[in-house]
Amino acid sequence: MNPQDNRAYLRGALGLAMILTLFTISYGQKKDSCVECHTRLGGKLAEPVKQMKNSVHQSRGLSCNDCHGGDPTQDEKEAAVNPRTGFIGTPKWNEISAFCCKCHSDANLMKRFNPSLRVDQEREYTTSVHGKLLAKGDQKVATCVSCHGVHDIRAVNDPLSSVYASNVAETCSKCHANAGYMTAYKIPTDQYVKYKTSVHAKAIYERQDLSAPTCNDCHGNHGAAPPGVASVANVCGQCHVRQAELFQASPHKPAFDRMQFGECIKCHSNHAIAKPTDQMLGAGEQSVCVTCHKPEDKGYVAAGQMRAKIDQLLKSVDRSTEILNRAERAGMEVSRPKFELREAVDAVTHARVLIHTSSPAEVEKMIAPGLEISKKDYQAGVGALDERSFRRKGLVVSLVFILFLATLVYLKVKQIESRQTA
Amino acid sequence: MNLRAIKLWLDERLSLSTLAEIASKKEVPLHRQTIWYYFGGMTLFLFTVQVVTGILLLLYYRPSSENAFESVQFIVTEVKFGWLIRSIHSWSANLMIATLFIHMFSVYFLRAYRAPREMTWLSGVLLLFIAVCFGFSGYLLPWNKLAFFATKVGTEIAGVIPIVGRPMLRFLRGGDDVTGATLTRFFGFHVAVLPASATMLIGIHVLLVQLHGMSVPPKYEGTNVKKMKFVPNFLLRDLIGWILAIGVLAALAALFPWDLGEKADAFAPAPAGIKPEWYFLFMFQTLKYIPAKLWKFDGEVVGILTFSFGALLLFLVPFLDRSSGHQRRRLVFNVFGVLVLLYMVVMTIVGYVT
Repeated sequence: MNPQDNRAYLRGALGLAMILTLFTISYGQKKDSCVECHTRLGGKLAEPVKQMKNSVHQSRGLSCNDCHGGDPTQDEKEAAVNPRTGFIGTPKWNEISAFCCKCHSDANLMKRFNPSLRVDQEREYTTSVHGKLLAKGDQKVATCVSCHGVHDIRAVNDPLSSVYASNVAETCSKCHANAGYMTAYKIPTDQYVKYKTSVHAKAIYERQDLSAPTCNDCHGNHGAAPPGVASVANVCGQCHVRQAELFQASPHKPAFDRMQFGECIKCHSNHAIAKPTDQMLGAGEQSVCVTCHKPEDKGYVAAGQMRAKIDQLLKSVDRSTEILNRAERAGMEVSRPKFELREAVDAVTHARVLIHTSSPAEVEKMIAPGLEISKKDYQAGVGALDERSFRRKGLVVSLVFILFLATLVYLKVKQIESRQTA
Repeated sequence: MNLRAIKLWLDERLSLSTLAEIASKKEVPLHRQTIWYYFGGMTLFLFTVQVVTGILLLLYYRPSSENAFESVQFIVTEVKFGWLIRSIHSWSANLMIATLFIHMFSVYFLRAYRAPREMTWLSGVLLLFIAVCFGFSGYLLPWNKLAFFATKVGTEIAGVIPIVGRPMLRFLRGGDDVTGATLTRFFGFHVAVLPASATMLIGIHVLLVQLHGMSVPPKYEGTNVKKMKFVPNFLLRDLIGWILAIGVLAALAALFPWDLGEKADAFAPAPAGIKPEWYFLFMFQTLKYIPAKLWKFDGEVVGILTFSFGALLLFLVPFLDRSSGHQRRRLVFNVFGVLVLLYMVVMTIVGYVT
C-alpha cells in the first residue's frame, strides 16, 4: 500500500469517526431548526443565536420557539415559521410588553422557573409614563426590551445585566441623557450627570453598596414615573424612615403641601443629593432654611436654635476627644471614657435626624444627655491629666527619697570599708 | 526576756550562728570584671519584685476572656496605685529578662561555667527558658488585641515543629484556636507552674553558687586576686543597685505607663505589624527572612529546628568548652559568642525598625 492510499484511509476513518461522534451527540438532543438555520445564515440573522447563549432564558432551557412560536422540528422554512403554528417574527413596538408577558404575567407558568418573580410587570407598565405614552401611540418610549435587552436578557442579579443595580442609571441614561431623543418630551436630560455627583451614586460606585438607591428605587421600574409632590417623603422614606416620619408630623408638612413644595427635595434637591451638612441648617450662607424663612419669623429662630444646639454638642465632643487623646498620648488609660464618648457622638447623629421635627425642644431632648456624657468624659480627661501630674510629682519625691537611701547605704559601705582597712 | 535571750533561743533551733559564719566566710573576688557579678543578684531582685507585684495583681485579676481585659482596666484606672503595680510588673519583667541575658553572656565570656560549675550553668539556662515562658504566658493575660494575635502567631510557630508541634500547639492553646481556654491555662502556667519551677531552680542555682563560690575568670586564676567580703560589703553594694532599680522602675512606670491597648476580639482582623516581645524578636525576624523552601525542607521548620539546636548548644556549653590552656579554642568560643550576641542585637534592631 503506497503512502497516498494510507492517507486516504486515514482521512476516511477520521471522517467516519466525526460523523459517528456528531450523530452520538445530536442523538437525544431536541431538533431546533431555528438555531440550525440562523447559525448557517450567519451575519445579522445569526446574532440572536449568539446572544441567546448568555441569556437567562436559554439557561432555563427555553429556545426561540418559546417566545416566537413556530415549529423547530421542521427543516423547511415555510413549515417552521408557519403563522398557523403560532409563529410571530419581530413583534411590533407596542406589542412587545404583551409578547413578553405571555409568560411573565402567567403566575402558574412563572412558578416553574422562578416562584419569587413578580408577575405584575405588564399591569405596572400600563401605569408608567412609558406605558401611557405607548398607549397613545408613541413609538419612542421604553418598553421591556429597551431596558432588558432582546435576546441577551440576563437575570437582574447578574452583574452584567443592564438592569443590575449598578447598571440601571446607565441604562436609563441611554434615552434620558440624550437631549436630542428627549426633545419632544420637554423634560430635563441632566438627571444622570447630577445623579453621578450624588451621595447615593458615591455609595453605589465608590463603596459598591448596592443597597443605595438608583433611578428605579425612587421612580419605580416597570411603573416608572416621577413621584408626585406630595409623595416625595414617602419615596425617600422607604430608606430614610425616621426622617420621613418626623417630617410628616412637623409643621413643615402642611406648609409644603400648601405651597406645593416637593417635600424632601426642597432642601436636599433630587438627583444631585449631596451629603447633608450642619451648614444647611440655621442662618448661615449655606443654610437651606433661609430660602423660605426671613429673620423675623419663628422658623428662622427655630433653625438657628437647632443649629446652635448641635454645634454646642459637637464642640463639646471635640473638646472631650482632644483632652482624652492628650491623656492617651501621655500613656493614661482612658479607653472607657473614650468608648462612652461614642454615645455623645451618637446623640449628634440622632439630633441631626430630629431637626426634621423643626422643633428645638425635640432636638434639645437628644442634645442634653449627649452634653452630659461629653462633659463627664471631659472631666475624665482632666482627671487623667491631673493623675499624670500627681504621678510625676510623686515620682520626684520618691526619687529624692530613693537617692537619699542609696547615698546612705553607700556612705555606710564606705564607713565599713574604711574601718576594715584601718 | 532580753534581745540576747531571744537570739539565743532562735540560734538553738535554727542554727543562725552557723549560717552567719558561712555568710561571713563568703567572699567575692575583686578584679576588673567584678561588675558582672552584680547582674545575678539584680535578676534575683527583679524576680522578687515580680513575685510581690504579681501577688498584688492577683487580688484583682480575673482570668477569663470575658473579664481579663476589664479587670486589668479596673486595676489601672480604679485601684489605688494599681497603675503603678501593673506598670512595675510589666517593666520589671522586661528588665529582668535583660539582666538575665547580661548575666548569662557575662558568665559565658568569663567562662564561669567551668568545672565544677556545670550544673550552675545548666540550672541558669533552665531559668532563662522559664523566664522567657513567664514572658510569653504573661503577655497574653491582659487579653488585649496585640497579645491575642502575638500569642496566635507564637503558638503557630511552635506548631510547625515536626511530630510534636501539633500536639504541643493544642496543649498550649487548649484547643485548635487561641480562646478563653488558652488564657486560663496560660494563667495557670504563669502563676503556678512557672513560679514553682523557678523558685525551685533559683534555690538550686543560688545554693550551687554558695557551694562553689564566685568563679574567678581564667585570666586571673593563679594570680593573687583581692577579695571582698560578701557580707556586708558586696551585699550592701547589691542593695544600692536594688534601691536604684526601684527608682528606675518607678520612673518608667510613672513616665511610660505600660499600655493596655484594645480588648482582644477573635473575629477582628489581625492588626498590622504584629511583633512579639523584644526578646523573641531576633528569632521572629530570622523566621521572616528564611525562604519558604530550603532545598526539600520547609524554611520555617528548618529555622525552628536551628533555634532548638542553638538552645541545645547553649545547654551544652560547659561540656563543649574544653579550652583550658588552649588559646586558639578559647578564641573560637569568644568569637562565636560575640557573633551570636551581634546577630541577636542586629536582628532585634532590624525587627524594630522594619
